[in-house]
Amino acid sequence: MREYELIVIGGGPAGLAAALSAWEGGLRDILILERDGALGGILNQCVHNGFGLHRFKEELTGTEYAGRFIDMLSGTGVAVKTDSMVLSVSPEKQVEYVNPTDGCQVVCAKAVVLAMGCRERTRGAVSVPGARCSGIFTAGAAQRFINIEGQMVGRRVVILGSGDIGLIMARRMTLEGAEVLACVELMPYSSGLNRNIVQCLEDFGIPLYLSHTVTDIIGKDRLEKVVVSAVDERRQPIPGTERTFLCDTLLLSVGLLPENELTRAMGAEIDPRTNGAVVWENMETSVPGVFACGNVLQVHDLVDFVSGESGRAGAAAADYVRRGPAPAGRTVKLENGDAVAYTVPQRIRMEAAGDGVQAFFRVNRVFGRSAVTVKSGEKQIARFKRDHMAPGEMEHIFLPGKLLALAEGDTLTVSAEEVEA
Amino acid sequence: MWDVIIVGCGVVGAACAYQLSRYKLRAAVLEAGSDVAAGATKANSAILHAGYDPEPGTLMARLNVAGVSMAEEICRKLDVPYRKNGSMVLAFSGKDRDCLRELMSRGERNGVPGLRLLTGAEARALEPEVSGEAVEALLAPSAAIVNPWEYALAMAETAVRNGVELYRNCRVTAITREQGGFAVTAGDKVFHGKYIINAAGVYAGAVHRLVGEPGFTIRPAKGEYYLLDKCEGTRVSRVIFQCPGAAGKGVLVSPTVHGNLIVGPTSEPSGPEDVSSTARGLQTVRELAARSVPGIRFRENIRNFTGVRAGSDRGDFILEEAPGVPGFFNAAGICSPGLSAAPAIAEYLLEQMAGRGLALEKKEAFIDTRRRVRFHELDREGRNELIAKDARYGRVVCRCETVTEGEIVACLRQPIPPASINGVKRRVGAGMGRCQGGFCGPRVQELLARELGVRPEEIPLEDAGSYILTGETKERWF
Repeated sequence: MREYELIVIGGGPAGLAAALSAWEGGLRDILILERDGALGGILNQCVHNGFGLHRFKEELTGTEYAGRFIDMLSGTGVAVKTDSMVLSVSPEKQVEYVNPTDGCQVVCAKAVVLAMGCRERTRGAVSVPGARCSGIFTAGAAQRFINIEGQMVGRRVVILGSGDIGLIMARRMTLEGAEVLACVELMPYSSGLNRNIVQCLEDFGIPLYLSHTVTDIIGKDRLEKVVVSAVDERRQPIPGTERTFLCDTLLLSVGLLPENELTRAMGAEIDPRTNGAVVWENMETSVPGVFACGNVLQVHDLVDFVSGESGRAGAAAADYVRRGPAPAGRTVKLENGDAVAYTVPQRIRMEAAGDGVQAFFRVNRVFGRSAVTVKSGEKQIARFKRDHMAPGEMEHIFLPGKLLALAEGDTLTVSAEEVEA
Repeated sequence: MWDVIIVGCGVVGAACAYQLSRYKLRAAVLEAGSDVAAGATKANSAILHAGYDPEPGTLMARLNVAGVSMAEEICRKLDVPYRKNGSMVLAFSGKDRDCLRELMSRGERNGVPGLRLLTGAEARALEPEVSGEAVEALLAPSAAIVNPWEYALAMAETAVRNGVELYRNCRVTAITREQGGFAVTAGDKVFHGKYIINAAGVYAGAVHRLVGEPGFTIRPAKGEYYLLDKCEGTRVSRVIFQCPGAAGKGVLVSPTVHGNLIVGPTSEPSGPEDVSSTARGLQTVRELAARSVPGIRFRENIRNFTGVRAGSDRGDFILEEAPGVPGFFNAAGICSPGLSAAPAIAEYLLEQMAGRGLALEKKEAFIDTRRRVRFHELDREGRNELIAKDARYGRVVCRCETVTEGEIVACLRQPIPPASINGVKRRVGAGMGRCQGGFCGPRVQELLARELGVRPEEIPLEDAGSYILTGETKERWF
């Protein structure tokens, strides 16, 4: 059986950054397995700009951003197999894949990086009642039709959910000549980035209905209309508030789910809060030598942060192969406290933490002036000020090693709180 | 001149076509929709009932038990996913206990094998997720689960292989009696036939009315379902029923042959094509199902769907020559256990038609087998053999269900090729998984367009009118 130093599963932004940084970390026998026909992942259908502001300090399109990484990778000896679907990964790091030229093969590696990305939640996942006509698309599927296939999906559009892809598609559909009638969001706030609300809805005069949802879908063959209702504090539709939109298209932007079927089947521990693997400070999962990064680990808002996280995972994988497992020793759990939905990483090996640990989380409601606190028991060991926080925007803190050393016990709790003006 | 014209190609029409194709006669099937098995046949509980439910002496009772024993062999011969996993009816009260005894007694009279009463604890030993509130259960080992649309498709395909002609998009609009039979008009086509089988499901009454007043009324009743992700698919291993009420067999919880969990249905009078789901109906399903299996995680739902039962005011199957219309045979009022009984319904009708002069002479060469590639079920060696012959089996199109391009292309070469995205889904499973075609939908569309030599926007989701694309984004300048 062919053994690689590192196999990266997925050649989207996460896999690309992980492979690149593992190469920079000294590995010379790396394989990327990509299920699509080309590297780049979902970025290949992101023809809009706004990528790379953090990473490259300039504004790129998604395809350009992917192109930068693909160019950097082409200067290395990283092997790439496209059209290659991974069917299973074992805890012993045997990877079974299939493609038209190799057939069904098993290869193995000293380390594996999981970078399979995420998929969109569907109509079923949110149980929207109504007819089963055509004209209902997840926003990403519509994006693929329009941007990759050059095929238009409809003319009069309602969008359910205000996730970033839905917002981007509101603008895209408008630019392609469709009329976007409304963007309907169940929650009292958008789950998308503020800049997308402004640039994709407000700039085009598309109304955003917060605390509303689609309560009926009507159409015999193709969608004919949708009924939208206001919802109460318990997110239940309020009778009498129904309004009908005549439309031929409903786009769903109702959330993303990390695609962890391989991870689960391998037996890695999954965090029910993120639907991703539970990871240590270096992005290593509960299976030694198997790392996870990007949207398969936690759903990100910005690809720049995917690249950063994946770079750390790739570097850690290189360390694992070249220097062996991270030192065990004392471990601390990073837990979510008040108003924090989850944290990544979930666990820290104190000896491996070195200079410090990057921690990511989301709050579960909107904050104005506020603070993020990190506590060990009742003792606050760190405090970070914020002017604004929202569930749609991932938060990030750096916990220096010096502060981590102050932790007592085996738990650190990250909380968010309002601060008086 | 056709010997037999079958109107409708759901599971009953398909079973009739399959049985008729054994004989030296000319048969045609006229299906109004763009595909076979696309009505009630595709949207039901996917259960082959053991047969303890119908009143002894009814056609339902007789043909249910006969049908399920035929189904096992048909599924084996025609390569249809089938699993005899047994069923359990739960009792939650003294009244329910009486009901179990009544069902057991009916089942014994109907000839259902192996029925057994279990205590609540015995039931939970077999099915640990069953509610602690269940005090007793009736176990029926002969119940099975099946892929209902593939079951009908396999019978229809085999019929076509053996010479039956299938006409799709062929809605019957007029029937006139003529010398020696009927003239059946469907759009711009006229079919002359000696016998007609009316297997038009919810439209059986309407089709009958073309030759005279039917002595029955079809009363469509819709049922709503949840289909949960495979991560919920092992929550139970048998079909878990509750005691039947006036509205039907109640809400069941069952694994599917594909590995998902199916939960439903409700029962509400409806229009003949009302396959919409409702917030209230879905809530009812959740609440009732939780009584049987409290641990179901409905957030793992991947799809809701609704089917319409084509029951009638008679309360039993209507399998008879229409009074005063010699040669016109009804297979009407087919609600549950119609799927279970289908092949027995066909056999029963053929006997009656033979009694009215239809000559049934067996063909020497009847092809009674069917096989299809299911890539995900093959071992590595089998997969590699296939890929070596045709590299398209190495390209996975549907990631959730591991369906390859090779399988999709192959299904287009079958006797009843699909013409829609849902048609491909029913044949190979692409788009049936947890992402519901989010990834593979655009690719299947492209493949279908390529293989059929049409533009992508000409490929519908289901019937004509259910278009997916509206045309290219930009005019071509080159």
